[in-house]
Order: sequence, then structure tokens, then C-alpha cells
Amino acid sequence: MAAITLTARRSPPVIVLLLLVVAVAVPGLLSGTDPLAADPLHALEAPSAAHWFGTDHLGRDVLARVVHGARHSASIGLAAVALAVGAGVLLGLVAGLSHRWVDEALTRCFDVLSTFPELLLALLVIAITGPGTGNVIFAIGIAQIPTYARVIRAQAFVVRRAGYVEQAVTFGLSRTALTLRHVLPNVLGPIPVMATLGLGQAVIAASGLSFLGMGPQPPAAEWGAMLSEARNYLRVAWWQTLFPAAAISLTVVSLTVAGRRLQRRFEGRNA
Amino acid sequence: MTETDAAPRTIAGPAGAPLVSVANLRVGFPAAGVEAVRGVSFTISPGECVAIVGESGSGKSVTARSLLGLAGPGAQVSASRLEIGGGDALAFGPEDWRRLRGRFAGLVLQDALVSLDPLRTVGSEIAEVLSVHDVVPRARRAARVLELLEAVGVPEPAVRARQHPHQLSGGLRQRALIASAIAAEPALIIADEPTTALDVTVQAQILRLLAARRADGTALLVISHDLAVVASIADRVLVMKDGVVVEEGPVDRVLAAPAHAYTRELLAAVPSAASRGSRLSRTPDGRLPPERVVDHSKPVLSASGLSVSYGDRRKAVDEVSFSLHRGETLGLVGESGSGKTTLARLVLGLLAPSAGEILLHGRRWTGIPERARRPHRQLIQLISQNPLDSFDPRHTVGRLVAEPLRDLSGQARAARVIELLDRVGLAPEVRGRHPRELSGGQRQRVAIARALGPRPDVLVCDEPVSALDVSIQAQVLDLLAEIQAEDGTALLFISHDLGVVHHLSDRVLVMKDGVVVEEGDVDEVFFMPSHPYTKELVAAVPRLPAGDGAR
Repeated sequence: MAAITLTARRSPPVIVLLLLVVAVAVPGLLSGTDPLAADPLHALEAPSAAHWFGTDHLGRDVLARVVHGARHSASIGLAAVALAVGAGVLLGLVAGLSHRWVDEALTRCFDVLSTFPELLLALLVIAITGPGTGNVIFAIGIAQIPTYARVIRAQAFVVRRAGYVEQAVTFGLSRTALTLRHVLPNVLGPIPVMATLGLGQAVIAASGLSFLGMGPQPPAAEWGAMLSEARNYLRVAWWQTLFPAAAISLTVVSLTVAGRRLQRRFEGRNA
Repeated sequence: MTETDAAPRTIAGPAGAPLVSVANLRVGFPAAGVEAVRGVSFTISPGECVAIVGESGSGKSVTARSLLGLAGPGAQVSASRLEIGGGDALAFGPEDWRRLRGRFAGLVLQDALVSLDPLRTVGSEIAEVLSVHDVVPRARRAARVLELLEAVGVPEPAVRARQHPHQLSGGLRQRALIASAIAAEPALIIADEPTTALDVTVQAQILRLLAARRADGTALLVISHDLAVVASIADRVLVMKDGVVVEEGPVDRVLAAPAHAYTRELLAAVPSAASRGSRLSRTPDGRLPPERVVDHSKPVLSASGLSVSYGDRRKAVDEVSFSLHRGETLGLVGESGSGKTTLARLVLGLLAPSAGEILLHGRRWTGIPERARRPHRQLIQLISQNPLDSFDPRHTVGRLVAEPLRDLSGQARAARVIELLDRVGLAPEVRGRHPRELSGGQRQRVAIARALGPRPDVLVCDEPVSALDVSIQAQVLDLLAEIQAEDGTALLFISHDLGVVHHLSDRVLVMKDGVVVEEGDVDEVFFMPSHPYTKELVAAVPRLPAGDGAR
């Protein structure tokens, strides 16, 4: 416990990320109100003791919606990053370890994919698949694949020529055993840092797509969707926009700072 | 080697006085709690070559660097006397040290690729020394650079001066580095392992070059772990161990009739023709190595007409044939780029030959699918130069040694790991440690234990002792000889060190540019070489003076 307080004091991002974890795991702990319970009589009320973040145009508690929205945004982000890391590692390994023409073909695909800005590519995918939570995850995941695949491919190039891999060949290990036991664990080094940074990106992309109405559909409490609804009331109810926007910004900034911090710590050791 | 421009030396003590006079030098690193040098005294006179020999951690490099004020970050240097070029270096400030470096004393380091700036041409690197110390007028600098390159024996200096370090061979780089060290006509050249990374013929050239500088009146301080190199160049030698000089004196006397036990041990550890069949390292019981039996009836491994070519470039390996019998050691010598390692990879089945074939126990080993080769792979194991590279960085010693033991599991496997570690002289406790926590010698022992695990018939040793100190090298060579005698393993032993090969091998192949230029019994090849290249190699090997110490 002392260790946690100490880290928390040294880094606000850790506090934000801890709050985020709590919001995702037990939202009831931060807000007991139902995020979907509409109360038109108390619509667009400014922040008060009863509603700390005010209420929206349907009289729903903004605090409750921000807290419960964390689950949507975080799960979309995590799932998208998981998809991207999984597919990226697999494709990167295949490219890095296969014959040259397989590598060439895959690398050209990564090149084409990464010429598109991430959000644009995700929009393109959604245009094909249609809106919805699952499709947003899929779209963002696809858009992030090249980032991971390229790094893994480059790592695999180094590791496959490493002395210890060659040595393991002389023990009579099969190609699969070689890849799983020696190559895979040794190419994963940069992934934790990249995934932390990638998670921030994915949360932004998810909110962006939801803002455009491509993500979870109303009345679901998702930060991007909440912003989209709130923009019509910006003049009369700043709180309805400010709090979800702050949630997105703080999450992304915290993830990025945490990612950079991991990077600094690990770069020194890997060198 | 003509010295065209003899600029007057500006810094030199009064005639007859030593250039460097050090008494009771102590260098400590308080942060690490280490005292690297503990009371070293010596003098260097103009035109004299003093050598410091010792193993890693003996404090020899730190001693030399202290003379340039470069003992390292956090170093505490103290001495009762530290006079350099007639000045009291104990009172030197950073500015004084800077004036001293390059001008009074030039430094030549081991690896010229690291010591030269990769982004600058060789010429500009040398010109920088000239401009910093303002030795020659600006207009003359370019011409002076070419003179210097010529003086150190770089062919086509005008072309080389415009090239970058990576475009030069190791020997040329080392010469360029020496050219920059002597650019300002220093009275003293400090050479820290100047030939360690070089092939033996190139080493001979560099040593001749340094000797020529000394003949011109430059003093030399040579740091080396190689006693034979020291014997060929130095006037006086200091033997260092654990930061203390254990013995010093004229080089002939110290190496031929060493007074101190440590010097004797070092000399005895040097492998050579004379040490064949005997132990290099001391054992408590002084036992002799077991008798080795070579079974000539049929070869374990035989190669015929092996060739490897990449595209239309010259062949890396060209028509190489040899056979290897049970219990036999086949030495393979040659300089960098001669195709030694390519041949090792062919034997290990890591590379397919473009022509020719290898038979293992009379069965085809090359030209068959990997699937058919895999079950027999355990018969040929590799011990490489740098064991750390050959270990998966995440694995502990126990896991590394256990990996090739694929037909064992559980208790049997664990027991076998302990048995293997015991065989190479390591305690069972090292199982839980990571190789990077071990010393160089221990790492090589782990590599040997791992290679022995599958009970191979052939061990390919690719420069297995090149990175080790001479006493550790002796232990590892003794271990290999012992294992070979007990198991009847055949060794393919690759080395650039002719002494090591002569000590261990029965027969030897001499390779140059992918071709075996000479082969035969090791004594015949090394004592009566017939091919000009072998003659050149053998002649280039620096030798210890004959005496009791060198057997």
C-alpha cells in the first residue's frame, strides 16, 4: 500500500490510470447512479452537490455516464490493441522468418496500410463493415497492425541470425519449437511499451469514431458518443461536454506519459 | 617506411632524464569500492619500450591511462611521484592534460573501428590532431597527413585519406590510428593491446611499425596480455597482477628466467608446440592428461570437394576436402575472411554447400532435407568464440544446459545437468544464475557443458579461447583435451592462434581465401611449411625466448 501511495504521489498519470481501472472494474464505487436513468425534469442542470458533473439534455447524471463510459472506451481500446498486437506479432513473425517473397508481399501490405492515417483507415473499414462496437474494434485493430508487424519483423530479422538461435538448430529443434522457444520471446521486448502508447491512440480513435456515430449506439454511455450528443448544448451546458472530453484527454495523456516512462526505463536495459 | 618530416620535439625532459617517472601510483574507484592500481612505480626513458603484461583486471590499462589523465570517471589517482615530460602531473589541471594528450603522448587503442569516428574520413581524423596542437601550418596539413599515412605503411595514402574507417581493413585501420597517434610527433606512444584484434601477419606488420618508431627515438609503453608480443618488442617488462607489479626487469631475463611464481604460471599457460600433450594449467595433484587414442579405421566425418559461392563473387569455400577420425583433433587455421567459419557452418549443417558433400558416419549429411538431418544433429555440436551470443539471453544456466537433453525429462534431466556442470568444473549452484553474471571462463565452461549434453561425436570449436585470458585459456584447453581423451570425441578446432592449434591438434588445415593451401601433420606443417602462405604465417608468429620458464 505504501508503495502505491508513493508511486501515486510521484506521478499523477498513475492516479488517473488507477481511477480508470476502478471505473472499469467497479463503476459503482465512483458513482451509484444509473447512467441510463433519464429525468427530463432535471435536464441540463449545472454541477451541484447532487450531480457533481451536472446533468445532460435528458437529465442523466454526467458523472455516472463518464464513469460507466470508461468501460466502453477502455474495452474498445484494449480489444483493438489486443487484436493489433496479436495479428501484428503473427504477421511480423511470418514476414521476418519466411521466404523472401512472402516477406516482400506482407511488407508491401504494411506499407500500403500505413500510408493511411489511422482514423481514416478505420473509417474506411467501417464504411465496409457498418457501425457498431465490434466493428469499431476491428477497424482500429486493423489500422494499428502495421505498427506492430513492422517492429516484430525487424526484431525477427535480428533474432533469427542470433548465435543462440543457430545454436538451438544444432540441438535438432524443429522450426516450430525454435520459433516458439527462442524467437518469439526474444522479439516481444518492445511490445509492452508500444502497446501502452497504442492504447492511448486507440482510445482517441474509438472516441472519434463514436463521435461520428460509428461506435456504440445511443443511449450507451461512451465518451465519444456523449460528446457528439453534447455538442448541441455547448452554449447552455458546458459541463456536458467538458467532463467526457476531460476523461478522454486525461486517459490518453496518462497512457502516453506512462508509455514513455516505460520506454525510458526499458531502453537503457535492452541496449 | 621513410620519415620525411622530423619536426623538433618541443616537450622532452633534460637529456638522459626519463620521460615518465612514476612512483607508488594508486588508482581507486571509490564509487565501485575498487582499488585498481595499488602502488606501481616505473620509469620510461626516451627511445625505450616498456611493456606491462597482465590479465583482465590486473590494472594494466588503468595504469597506462593514468599517464594521460584518462583513468576514468570517478577515479582517484594518487602517487608519491608522477612526472610526465618533466612536469609534475599531480598538479595538472584539465587544460594541462589536454595539451599533453596527442602532443606529448599518443594513444593507440585495441579496436580502431571503435576508436576512429565513423562519420569522418581517416584523413580528417589525422588532420584534427595536427590542427589541435598546431603542429604544422594549415597549408601544409593535407600534405602532412599523406606523409604520416605513408610513414605507417598505408598504400595509396591519397585514396585512403578520403575513405571512412569502415572502408578499411582491420590492419589499415590500426595503421591509421597509429598515424593519428604519431601525428603530433609525440615523445611517447601508449599502445593498449594494439594488435589483439588483428591477424597474425598484420600483427607482425604493426609490431614492425611500432619498432620503427622506437628506432626513431620515440618511447613506447605497450600494454598486452600476450607475452610473445611483449617479447618481440619490449626492452623492459612489468608483470601486473591485482593492481601490483609482481615482477619487473629486462624482457629477456623475465621471460626466460622468471623469478615470480605468477610469471612462471603465465608462461607455462602459453600453448605452443612445446606444450603438446601436457597440461597448461596447474592442478592440485599435478596429474597428467589421460592418454588419447585416435581410431584411424574409419572417419566419423568426411568432406569432399566442398564449395560455397555467393552469387558470382569469389567462392567463400573452394573445393575443400578432409576427414576427421574418432578421438582426433583437426586444426583449422587461417586469417579473417579465409572461410574458416563458413566451413564450420557447413560441417554443422547450418549452410548448404553449392558443391561437394559431407558424410557423417558414412551417411549423407548434406544435400538431404532438414527433417532427415534433424534426428542426427545432436552428433555434431558447436562451441563458439563468444558464448554469451550463443545463450538465449532470458535463460538461466540450468535451462541452457538442459535444452539439448531432449530425450531426458524431470529428475533424470536435472541430474544430467548437474553431472555435466560437474564435468566442466562448475558447482551445481550456477544453474540458477544468468550467464551474464558469470566470468568469461565460466561462460565458456557452460557452453562446453551444454555441447557435451547430447554426447556428440564431433565438436566444432570456433575460436573457443580467443576471448579469454591466457590462464583461463589454459584451463579451457586442458578441459577440452581431457574430455576428448575420455569420450573419444573428434574435434574440429578453428583458431587464428597457431600456438593454440599446435598445442591441441593432430593434423592441421591451412586456409587462405577459401582454399586449403596446405594440410598435414601439425608438426610437419608448422615446422617445415611448404606453401609460401604457411611460411609467412609461421614466420609472423611472435615467439617467446627459450628458457626454463617457457619450457
